[in-house]
Amino acid sequence: MSKAGWIRLVIVIAFFGALEIMCRIGWIDRLTMIPPTEMAEALWSMLLAGSITEDVLYSLRNTVAAVALSVLAGFVCGVIVHALPRLRRILDPLFASYYAVPVFVFYPLLVVIFGINATPLILIGAMFGIVAMLISTLTGLDRVPRVMFKSARMFQLDPLRSALLIKLPSAAPHLITGVKLAVVYSVIAVVAGEFILSSKGIGHRIAYAYNDFDSRTMYGLLLLLLTAVTVVTMSLHMWEHRLHSRWAKQ
Amino acid sequence: MNVLSQTSAAEHSLEEGARGAKAPHVHLKGVTRIYPAVANNPEVHALASTDLDLPQGSFFSLIGPSGCGKSTLLDIVAGLASPTEGTVMFEGKRIEGRPPEGVGVVFQEDSSFPWLTVWNNVAFGLRRKRIDKAEMAKRVDAILAFTGLSDFAQAYPAQLSGGMRQRVCIARTLVLQPRLILLDEPFGALDQQTRLLMGDELLRIWRETGATIMMITHSLDEAAMLADHVGVMSARPGKFIEIIETGWPRDRTSEIVSEARFGSITAHMWSLLREESQKAMKAR
Repeated sequence: MSKAGWIRLVIVIAFFGALEIMCRIGWIDRLTMIPPTEMAEALWSMLLAGSITEDVLYSLRNTVAAVALSVLAGFVCGVIVHALPRLRRILDPLFASYYAVPVFVFYPLLVVIFGINATPLILIGAMFGIVAMLISTLTGLDRVPRVMFKSARMFQLDPLRSALLIKLPSAAPHLITGVKLAVVYSVIAVVAGEFILSSKGIGHRIAYAYNDFDSRTMYGLLLLLLTAVTVVTMSLHMWEHRLHSRWAKQ
Repeated sequence: MNVLSQTSAAEHSLEEGARGAKAPHVHLKGVTRIYPAVANNPEVHALASTDLDLPQGSFFSLIGPSGCGKSTLLDIVAGLASPTEGTVMFEGKRIEGRPPEGVGVVFQEDSSFPWLTVWNNVAFGLRRKRIDKAEMAKRVDAILAFTGLSDFAQAYPAQLSGGMRQRVCIARTLVLQPRLILLDEPFGALDQQTRLLMGDELLRIWRETGATIMMITHSLDEAAMLADHVGVMSARPGKFIEIIETGWPRDRTSEIVSEARFGSITAHMWSLLREESQKAMKAR
């Protein structure tokens, strides 16, 4: 591990250590927060008992579906918009202001249309991630060096092969950035959606535990969520970093 | 089989039956290029009427002031751009805005694919041609050995120096056995020593493949050292103001830079270019 990695690890351990001490000596009320070791213990017992398996799988399925939808739709729309500069000029201001729109206001509407099931959750998750992916696709395609297009022509590639074999790999580091953002946004949207109006899922269980003053379950699930999202985004970040450094010399 | 072997222009011309054995390998007649006005940018007359004949196996260098249309001319010969007027023929066949078979280009910018290893970069064009795997491996390995890249076959371009990456691009072009190699300032980003060494390698490649080479360069020394003929272009709209015959033997190396005649060739080039470069600077 690099020096920065070690420093990062020390900061995280110090943070949790400080939290543990403050909870143990009573500086933080147990009703407000339980010590991190108890969170881990609570999570471990819930996993062993299988009491959260169904909710975890439900949230996981919805998140994967939302990420897949936002990445696929964002990528396809990005490629189309990139190929149509006039359309892009019209849409650019809308993309720039998209995240100023509280997309969540559409969630009740989606519930009315599709009912209280997974579909509104998946759609709201996808709506959160799609523009991040679209903008990353546009950035990636904008940064494909012109010489790559010339190379594609010299190899006599048709437009589809040129896109698949040259443009896409060339834009890959930016596409991974889009995937990373889509994952983060989709998780936020899906879990928040479960908080508000759902009968299943991690978000629902956290909200239920919160209303029931069940700190062990609530913090155990929060720890699971934080750990899972951190591991996924850190893995994507490392992949992204590796691609950027490999592509950087171009 | 010699993986670097070429089909001669004469054989090709006979196959095509178009222009006969004495036809030039590359023939340009009245080639002009005008870029139309776009938005607030006025029309640009990049190339004036240009004629040029390149015999099979010749080495031709193009020099001229910045923006005089050298790259435009190379793009037209490569089939990457169409002339506004005039015709371009390669082996007796007209090039019409589509890269013809048998033409390879090495660009000034690094065009190696960073997501592929050196081996796969070089094999890229052969894969598209659906060449038998064993034959492909043989050709790639031979070209890697020829360009001194065998030890780096499994490396990625980011792990190589600028000169090595440019060699990868040259190898990727050579493996397709082009009969015409177009080079657009291939050593522009390299230091002077590496340029001289790469120039020697290019001369070796030229001798061993028998290909016709057309190379753009900003370096008068490079043009004088490498080419049989150097085309000196005017400021925009570009046209040849003189084609200088260097008269070097075919087996020359970079050692000719120490000869007195080398100095007189570059001095003559500069005497032709000086005024044109001033005109180009004023036009900017």
